[in-house]
Amino acid sequence: MIKKIFLILIIFFPFNSYGLIKVDITRGNLNPLPLAVSPLAIDDNSKKEFEKILDKKNIGSEISTIVEKNLKTSGLFNPLNKEAFLQKPDIANLKPRFEDWQLIKAQALITGKVSYVDEKLRVEFRLWDILAGREMMALAFTTVPTNWRRVGHIISDKVYERLTGEKGYFDTRIIYVAEEGPKTQRVKKLAIMDQDGFNNKFLTLGNELVLTPRFNRTSQMVTYLSYFRNLPRVYLLDIETGTQEVVGDFPGMTFAPRFSPDGKKIIMSFAKDGNSDIYTMDLESRVVDRITNHPSIDTSPSYSPDGKYISFNSDRSGYQQIYVMDSNGKNVKRISFGNGLYGTPVWSPRGDLIAFTKLHKGKFYIGVMRTDGSGERLLTENFYQEAPSWSPNGRVLIFYRETKTDDKGEGFSAKLWSIDLTGYNERQVKTPTDASDPSWSSLLSN
Amino acid sequence: MNFNKVLKNAILVFVACLALSACATKKAGTGQMQGDVYTGTDSVEYLASGVPDRVFFATNESVLTTASRETLRKQAAWLRKNSKVTIVLEGHADERGTREYNLALGERRANAAKDYLMTYGISSDRISVLSYGKERPVDSASNPLSWSKNRRSVTVKAN
Repeated sequence: MIKKIFLILIIFFPFNSYGLIKVDITRGNLNPLPLAVSPLAIDDNSKKEFEKILDKKNIGSEISTIVEKNLKTSGLFNPLNKEAFLQKPDIANLKPRFEDWQLIKAQALITGKVSYVDEKLRVEFRLWDILAGREMMALAFTTVPTNWRRVGHIISDKVYERLTGEKGYFDTRIIYVAEEGPKTQRVKKLAIMDQDGFNNKFLTLGNELVLTPRFNRTSQMVTYLSYFRNLPRVYLLDIETGTQEVVGDFPGMTFAPRFSPDGKKIIMSFAKDGNSDIYTMDLESRVVDRITNHPSIDTSPSYSPDGKYISFNSDRSGYQQIYVMDSNGKNVKRISFGNGLYGTPVWSPRGDLIAFTKLHKGKFYIGVMRTDGSGERLLTENFYQEAPSWSPNGRVLIFYRETKTDDKGEGFSAKLWSIDLTGYNERQVKTPTDASDPSWSSLLSN
Repeated sequence: MNFNKVLKNAILVFVACLALSACATKKAGTGQMQGDVYTGTDSVEYLASGVPDRVFFATNESVLTTASRETLRKQAAWLRKNSKVTIVLEGHADERGTREYNLALGERRANAAKDYLMTYGISSDRISVLSYGKERPVDSASNPLSWSKNRRSVTVKAN
């Protein structure tokens, strides 16, 4: 479905490894870095060509708008109002007059140029350190014109990485469940969109109930639960080809699927005779392994990024709590000991934290704890919210939130929200319909 | 001393009032619940005259109540009389739990009903189990009474 991006990266100049600007992302950032995103310069001929192909009046400013919006959404940057810019895009890209940009309090500046070359979209951009008065980074790439939004995301990722020292998360997608209809008969479809809500596509028609889609970190495969023919089973979907297949041959409900970090196995729950345990299936050899064997409910398994451990939730203590075990099921240890119930543990891509859902005194929380259960931090409280999924750099969590209905059952909605690991920058992620069960992809390009 | 006694009495009276008012509110607000198990008939359908189609559960529980067992004995008697009928037990949870855990909980509830039917002579070949977790509430309001109606196992004729 997605075209492999055709990317040629050319580095004009070596990166300066000692830039003066540095964004501190270890704390909630209350003073986002003021920066200017100059519209990308474009010559008249290229402008006309792209208008023909993409139906966009000025693709240069469209791309810069994407960059601006991404950086603002991250909460770490404060893109300045374009009306205050004194220098024209084409001239700024050649050599910014640093005093002009200092005047509007910009600390960094992004400039660039778009051109139409051999039916392709060629973009170059530069990142400038205004205070030091020098270039920090310059890159150029060429791609098919229809990839223009991704160009904006890739520039955003490069800038984010250069200024924070960590990988970005903008050239990514979210797979989720789109919801419509009354609460008692919800119609649910798999849907996928860019991280910023654009290019939304529905992947199933809504004929059967679908739940909990999850990305493979290494490919364009998704695993999810479908009630096809009223048999709830774990499925695999290749989002490039659209082919689907049921995972394994289990005589009962399989659910709560996730991929192993190498993408070679599915880990999931299998429910039989009132008992749910955790199993893995190797996708190539089809070998099934039973990982837990306990008369309690064991579900919501998630691997550590190195594949050595599995976190899951179990009610073996009487109530739903979070446990960690070796990937072969040995050494099961309970890690959640706070007040309330704990569920949906998901291991951070960095490996140091586990995000979870907590229910305490009628409220639901999204939180994080260290992998031994220490250092619990609750990030957000609400009537109902669950199912956090990590951005690929481990900085942001996306989850879904449902509203409380009144006594007539009116007023239901389900929406996606994101929040920074620090607990700051909570915001709704816009979707065309109601939405739940989000899963964040890895970076599409590296 | 005396003062202490007065205080003690006052506390006793206060506690008694609290207990009474708790009972009173329970009756007034939720006459259709015992503990937090639904005991009313709203949403209940009938497989045949006098044979209710569903049983209800306490929060996070899959234990059958006395009333549930009575309902299931009626279902078993009806199934013995209608020996060609096969059924699906649909297990459900309320909206106050995580989606995946609730899928497992719905399965556990439906199986509690299945086990009980089997002890009353219904062959497991005639019973299949389907958990909907919290996906198919019967009452869409967000309050304790609605949640109690949604924590259920429903016996549905499959043929």
